[in-house]
Amino acid sequence: MTETIKTDVVIVGAGPVGLFAVFELGLLDIKSHLIDILPKPGGQCAELYPEKPIYDIPGFPMVTGQGLVDNLMKQIEPFSPSFHYNEMVEALEVLGTPEAPLFRVRTDGGITFETKCVVVAAGGGSFQPKRPPVPSIEDYENKSVFYAVRKMEEFRDRTVLIVGGGDSALDWTLNLAPIAKRVVLMHRRDEFRAAPHSVNAMRDLVAQKKMDLVIGQIAGLKGDNGQLSAVSAKTNDGVIDIACDRLLPFFGLTMKLGPIADWGLNLHEQLVPVDTEKFETNVPGIFAIGDINTYPGKLKLILSGFHEGALAAQKVQRYVYPDKKVIFQYTTSSTNLQKKLGVA
Amino acid sequence: MTQITFIDATGQSRTVQAENGSTVMETALKNGVPGIEAECGGACACATCHVYVADDWVEKLPKAEQMEEDMLDFAFDVRPSSRLSCQIKVKPELDGLTVTTPEKQG
Ligand SMILES: Cc1cc2nc3c(=O)[nH]c(=O)nc-3n(C[C@H](O)[C@H](O)[C@H](O)COP(=O)(O)OP(=O)(O)OC[C@H]3O[C@@H](n4cnc5c(N)ncnc54)[C@H](O)[C@@H]3O)c2cc1C
Ligand code: FES
Repeated sequence: MTETIKTDVVIVGAGPVGLFAVFELGLLDIKSHLIDILPKPGGQCAELYPEKPIYDIPGFPMVTGQGLVDNLMKQIEPFSPSFHYNEMVEALEVLGTPEAPLFRVRTDGGITFETKCVVVAAGGGSFQPKRPPVPSIEDYENKSVFYAVRKMEEFRDRTVLIVGGGDSALDWTLNLAPIAKRVVLMHRRDEFRAAPHSVNAMRDLVAQKKMDLVIGQIAGLKGDNGQLSAVSAKTNDGVIDIACDRLLPFFGLTMKLGPIADWGLNLHEQLVPVDTEKFETNVPGIFAIGDINTYPGKLKLILSGFHEGALAAQKVQRYVYPDKKVIFQYTTSSTNLQKKLGVA
Repeated sequence: MTQITFIDATGQSRTVQAENGSTVMETALKNGVPGIEAECGGACACATCHVYVADDWVEKLPKAEQMEEDMLDFAFDVRPSSRLSCQIKVKPELDGLTVTTPEKQG
């Protein structure tokens, strides 16, 4: 067991809206921890359209998805938020009361937080690996089918079938080849998107007969009790069986609501209803901002998410500092705020 | 206007009017055609707008660019007729185009 991290706010999701919430909370002296299943900040902007231009961010006639994320990261730097990447927020438990909320938040990687408020900025849901649509693959998951390598030991002396043609597939092919009994890489075509030097290294291993390359696609799984014995594959020579006891498919990511459905929050068509004064959910102390929430007139726009974060922060302040007198200040003119931003 | 026919995995067919200049993916969403998710909104970044183009249309469409070919690696059961519908621009020459949506987008 690792120790529990105590904090004011846990933000679920480091998309643009979660990032800007750090700023609004920071101005009110509220410290936040951000958690995201992705290995990097930016949510949809960074994962789906880093190079595409956005034209409707106020004050920016044009900024790319990644450009916006980079700017947001710079803007929140003064508040030194803590980031926890590659972690999925799994469980959320109520410890406090509606007047003095307190929650326990746990990630799949075993990090536990005790926090006064939770801001759910989960967007379209967590980015999760795409699972090949073959029958009963769920029965094998986390036993012999994995979508990521968390422990290399899991693959030692195993016959590993890796499927895909990008960097993840190629990198793991090269990393696992020395410790696995045998690595087989399967891809739908004899052309790879991955970095040329890894593709060359892979081709060398094939030439030295240290691994196998199959051009084909997954058609089905064979095995018992979650233990894989072979994968049947469609190839140009018909359907063949590839004997293996580990499968690593790399088909990119898709957005799934995920564990949020189990947190006791009201849901309406996979979205979390909130009020439009505080953007609080049905559970006092849990807020929802950005693409994940819904209310009459909701627009799934980044600018709307920024506004929602600013208003939610005001209510969070009342939970975190119940006795503090709330004064409204501008960043342009308040030396107090400017000190926090490190510019005064 | 250009007519496009979508056939779903169960064989049900829907013919809709498509606006020239838009994409086949946008046409599907606008007309409530099921079977196309288009999670990335046409950025060629998700492969959840995968379709199979009818055999007699495969050669008539402009060839897939490298980016589309690469993104097809993220689709399942890819065939020679596979395309990403967000990358097919509607124009008058495509009148009568027929595409089939896969059973699952993943
Ligand atoms: C192609 C495209 C173009 C767009 N263009 C525009 C535009 O021009 N203007 C505009 O305003 N908007 C645009 N949008 C919409 C905009 O990207 C979204 O409104 C915005 O990303 C929402 O931000 P968010 O922070 O709420 O959520 P997201 O960006 O979806 O981020 C949510 C994050 O939360 C994480 N997460 C969710 N659940 C969990 C969990 N349980 N544990 C850990 N992490 C979790 C996810 O992994 C994700 O990283 C566009 C979207 C797309 C796809
Ligand atoms: S809509 Fe995402 S690739 Fe076509």
